[in-house]
This record gives sequence, structure tokens and C-alpha cells, in this order.
Amino acid sequence: MRANYGYTDGSGEWYITIDTNKCDGCRKCEEVCPEGCFAIEVDDYDDEVAMITEVQRKKIKYSCGPCKPVGEEHVEPCHEACPHGAIEHSW
Amino acid sequence: MAEEERPEYWRWPESRWTNPDVDWKAGDIITAGVDVGSVSSQAAIMVDGQLFAYSNMRTGSNSPDSATNAMDWALKDTGMTLDDIHYVVGTGYGRVNVPFSNRAITEIACHARGGNFMYGPTVRTILDMGGQDCKAIRCDERGKVDEFLMNDKCAAGTGRGMEVFADLLSVPIQDVGDMSLDVEEEPEPVSSTCVVFAKTEATGLLREGWPKEKVLAAYCSAMAHRVVTLLERLGVEEDFAITGGIAKNKGVVSRLEAELGITTLEPRYDTQIAGAVGAALFAEALVKKQRKQAGG
Repeated sequence: MRANYGYTDGSGEWYITIDTNKCDGCRKCEEVCPEGCFAIEVDDYDDEVAMITEVQRKKIKYSCGPCKPVGEEHVEPCHEACPHGAIEHSW
Repeated sequence: MAEEERPEYWRWPESRWTNPDVDWKAGDIITAGVDVGSVSSQAAIMVDGQLFAYSNMRTGSNSPDSATNAMDWALKDTGMTLDDIHYVVGTGYGRVNVPFSNRAITEIACHARGGNFMYGPTVRTILDMGGQDCKAIRCDERGKVDEFLMNDKCAAGTGRGMEVFADLLSVPIQDVGDMSLDVEEEPEPVSSTCVVFAKTEATGLLREGWPKEKVLAAYCSAMAHRVVTLLERLGVEEDFAITGGIAKNKGVVSRLEAELGITTLEPRYDTQIAGAVGAALFAEALVKKQRKQAGG
């Protein structure tokens, strides 16, 4: 399942995407995210995978948003950490 | 001057239904789904995979009470009690606050499953237009979610926004859609679907002499456009269906169809019950799984 969690700010509409088919629940994203956006939880189909926590879904503009690159350099620790490339951003 | 009582234009009709063709006492697996949304709550009861009863009412300030009220109303006059139900799944915004639920499942998974039941296995894209947010969902022929797209909570492009507009223009909410289509020429959409800004803009348009129909057309059109951008990001694969309260608003639905160049499947059930029906179907599958495990 591809889960797209979005937010809107002054610069547009942005999405963080987690492809749960690629996720093996290794928890690396959970460890590296400075804002604690991720959690490994049992999803609706009983798979233990990464997701954006319920609390974070309403405020990812403020928690996930700060990692949006301002120049060429990308600094998303979750992208780096995921060994399976399961995490993407629309920016 | 005595204050006159103002009609509640935003108030949509609550409803309940019992299937006369189902004898629940002869049923093997009885399950229920309770969807406590931000604006409306529903309970759906299934007997061996057939929809037996449902209720659809406004959510109160307290999630557990809303869940209980919806369930009580669905059970009313059926002879069935909560004890007869084998498994209850809670869903929606208040899903963790359903006191009698056995499990909570997200409304995304429930709308996909409920949409599959209500519109048939050909449905691939479901747009859930709820009270406080919109979700675009793509699912397979069994109603399992392949991809979904959700946004942070905002009243723009949602049922609550429509309620505010019905009240602003003193038009009963059920009439908004048809009335918005009663225009000779389609006006430009209001520039923002943000309810606060749209309300200010609409007040300005009324002051300029725009008839209510035209203002509603401009608002419905803006709302349709907003969800089209959401759907385009997901990619619309047909068949396409809309669940949630706004699915009843022809003004939004027809404009959305025109913009996307597709038709939406005709609803056969109350579009607001999709989440509760999906939850009840999940409950049924969970009972079957439990029985299988117990049987070895």
C-alpha cells in the first residue's frame, strides 16, 4: 500500500509517501526522524509497517515540513535511513 | 425586538433503516461497524454479510456517547441487542473512543471495503468527502487499499464547509446542490475554498447583487476543483465512486465529473454509511478468522 500523507503551506501542497509493500518494519526511520513522525505499527491488514502517527498527521506541516530542502542539497534523514527506499517526498 | 428563531439550514436529515428481508435470528455471524466522524456518526449491522440495519446521525461533543447513540438507534425495534453482536469494529475520527468495539480500523481501509460492498467490485477509485477532510483511495477488486492520499485537517472542500455555506445563504443543505445548478452561466469559482475566506468572498458577492444560486455555484465549483487536484495526484482509475455526505450534493458531484471527464457510480445506499459498512465487513472477516483459529 502506498500511503500519502499531505499538507499545504504557503509554497504548495506536499506529500510524504510510505510504500508499506517495501517496508520490513526495521524501525530505522523511527530512530532518525528528529520530530518522531514515524511509528512502526500494525496496520489495518495486520502488517507491522511504518506509518505517520495519528497525532503527527495533523501537524506534519510543522514536523515533516522543516526537512523540505531549500536549495539543491537534500537532507531528509528518513530517505537516507530506509534501506528499501520505502519513503519518498513529493518535493 | 424579540429574537426570532432562525431555522437551522445546515441541519441535514438523520436516518435509519432496517432490511425487512433479513431474519437476524437465523443468522450465523452478526457484526457491526461504528463510524464516529467529526460531523456525523453511523452504525451498520451485518448479518452473514448482508446489510441488516443502519443509522446515520450527527456526532455530538462526546465520541463514546455518539457511538452509543448511533448503535442504539440502529438496533431500535429490531429485537436485537448489543449482546447479540459477535464483533464490533470502530472507525473514523473517534474510532478509539467506541466503548463497545473489539478493534479500531482506519476509515481509509473501511471506506475502501464499504465502497466495494456498496458500489460493487469494479470500483477502483473512491473519494471520501467527509465532514472535516477528504481522502482519495485506490483499491483492488476485494476493496483492499492499494494507495491513499490524505491531507491535514481542514474544512475546505468538506461537509462542514458546505454546512457553513447553507447557513450563510439560508438555504437548506439538501437543496444546495440543485440550487447551485440553477444558473444560466457557470460563474468563476470562489478563489479560496478555505471556509473563512470563502465566506467573506461570498458575502461580498451577495452585496454586489449576485443571486444565491450563483454564489452557491461558485462555491460548489471551487470545492469540486479542490478535490480534483487531490484526485489527479492519485490518478483516477475507473470505476469511480464518492462516499461521504458531499456525494449527495449534485452541484459538487456534477462539476467534479465535468472537470475530470468521468462519471461517478450511482449510489444504491446512503453514501454516508460507507465507513460503518466497511467496519462491519472487517468485523465479519475477523470473526471468521477467530473461528478458524479456534477450530484448529
